[in-house]
Amino acid sequence: MTTAVDIAVIDYGMGNLHSIAKALRHIAPQRNVWVGDDPDIIKSASHVVYPGVGAIGDCMAEVRARGLDQVIVEVAQSKPLLGICVGMQGMMARSDENGGVDCLGLLPNRVQFFSDHFKLAKRLEDQQSVLKVPHMGWNQVEQTQPHPLWQGIDEGARFYFVHSYFVAASECPFTVGKSHYGIDITAMLAHDNIFAVQFHPEKSHHDGLQLLKNFVNWDGAS
Amino acid sequence: MGLAKRIIPCLDVDNGRVVKGVQFVDIRDAGNPVEVARRYDEQGADEITFLDITASHEARDTTVKTVEKIASEVFIPLTVGGGIRECQDIRRMLNAGADKVGINTAAIHNPDLVRQASDRFGSQCIVVAIDAKQVSRATDRQKARWEIFTHGGRKSTGIDAIEWATKMAAYGAGEILLTSMDQDGVKKGFDLGLTRAVTDAVNVPVIASGGVGNLQHLVDGVIEGHADAVLAASIFHFGEYSIGDAKKYMAQHGIEMRL
Repeated sequence: MTTAVDIAVIDYGMGNLHSIAKALRHIAPQRNVWVGDDPDIIKSASHVVYPGVGAIGDCMAEVRARGLDQVIVEVAQSKPLLGICVGMQGMMARSDENGGVDCLGLLPNRVQFFSDHFKLAKRLEDQQSVLKVPHMGWNQVEQTQPHPLWQGIDEGARFYFVHSYFVAASECPFTVGKSHYGIDITAMLAHDNIFAVQFHPEKSHHDGLQLLKNFVNWDGAS
Repeated sequence: MGLAKRIIPCLDVDNGRVVKGVQFVDIRDAGNPVEVARRYDEQGADEITFLDITASHEARDTTVKTVEKIASEVFIPLTVGGGIRECQDIRRMLNAGADKVGINTAAIHNPDLVRQASDRFGSQCIVVAIDAKQVSRATDRQKARWEIFTHGGRKSTGIDAIEWATKMAAYGAGEILLTSMDQDGVKKGFDLGLTRAVTDAVNVPVIASGGVGNLQHLVDGVIEGHADAVLAASIFHFGEYSIGDAKKYMAQHGIEMRL
């Protein structure tokens, strides 16, 4: 028989979850890390990870087709939940990607496209703010609010980002860490037991692994 | 303060061993890929690129196993290229633990592959690798011209490198890996004219590759070539410099780096 699942990584069929699973197994070898889409197992886990790769339209469609939207909303009320990249974006009310997509609405924000912002910067002749899309590589994260998940991570530490859509830090009161790429973006946010990052901790070397370690040891209280 | 420029060590892997040749001949053995990747990770590499130069199918299974092993120990982005012909090959490498997949020759034969792949897997994991050679120099009357070459730089396609890079970005490539076949392995520095022309023409990040012989070449690639990332192999494989040396040197020259 299966042993109890400690950490559930939600798989909705959108690509590579091996990286996140491998990183979690690496930092928590004594915990049972499970990857899948069974609602009962997800609800039984102590910690849940909502990852995301690819376009939000397909992601949300898959999440809904598997009935996982209800599961994530339920989990978000009761236990530590970590959203990563498109997973973080999926927690918002709406995204501008794919012509506009309704998301889970756990948080009220809108996800915007860098190019739209940069076109505006170009019109304003603020060439300094016109940058390449996707935002790809190691950017610094400024810790704007204290949080238990910052433990052991230096102010201004760099994490690996790869994304074309963002949440504006100025519009998101839950931001606990921000980065600058033409505009201040929400790199890390926290709201009760919900925690989310725009970057990829599983690809961010020591600091990324430290953040994952902090998450799996977190009880969901801020 | 902002996004750092990246240093990417490249592992050319043939039949389970890291090799490095000069313009694809005179191959030297540089070790076990898992050990080499682990060493670069410890030295602070920003990413690792793994290029499978094996011809045979059997050896490709070895590659998948090697990628799996690297991905379970090294927690930085891993790009795998070489022999990617269809979406199934991409799926296989992503499942093995690659974060990005490099497409080269197959994109030339079937540009739609890039479109399909970026639709299916997302642009963020599709890197189009371009091997270019200069075919005419800049004069008072005309700009320099580079063309895409295949077969390790032996066969011209007649395709203009800058037009091709622009087209690939429009088809959904999330990044361009640009190699100068004139410079590759000769350690005299990147082709800066090519690097700058392509980098300035596309709106996706460009990795400069081919020709690094010393640390100043890396600086030149970013400052003169405008590259978003620099790739090198032999200066790191044979212990001439560590990744840390390279990052420190670049930072001293005013380039934002992850130290």
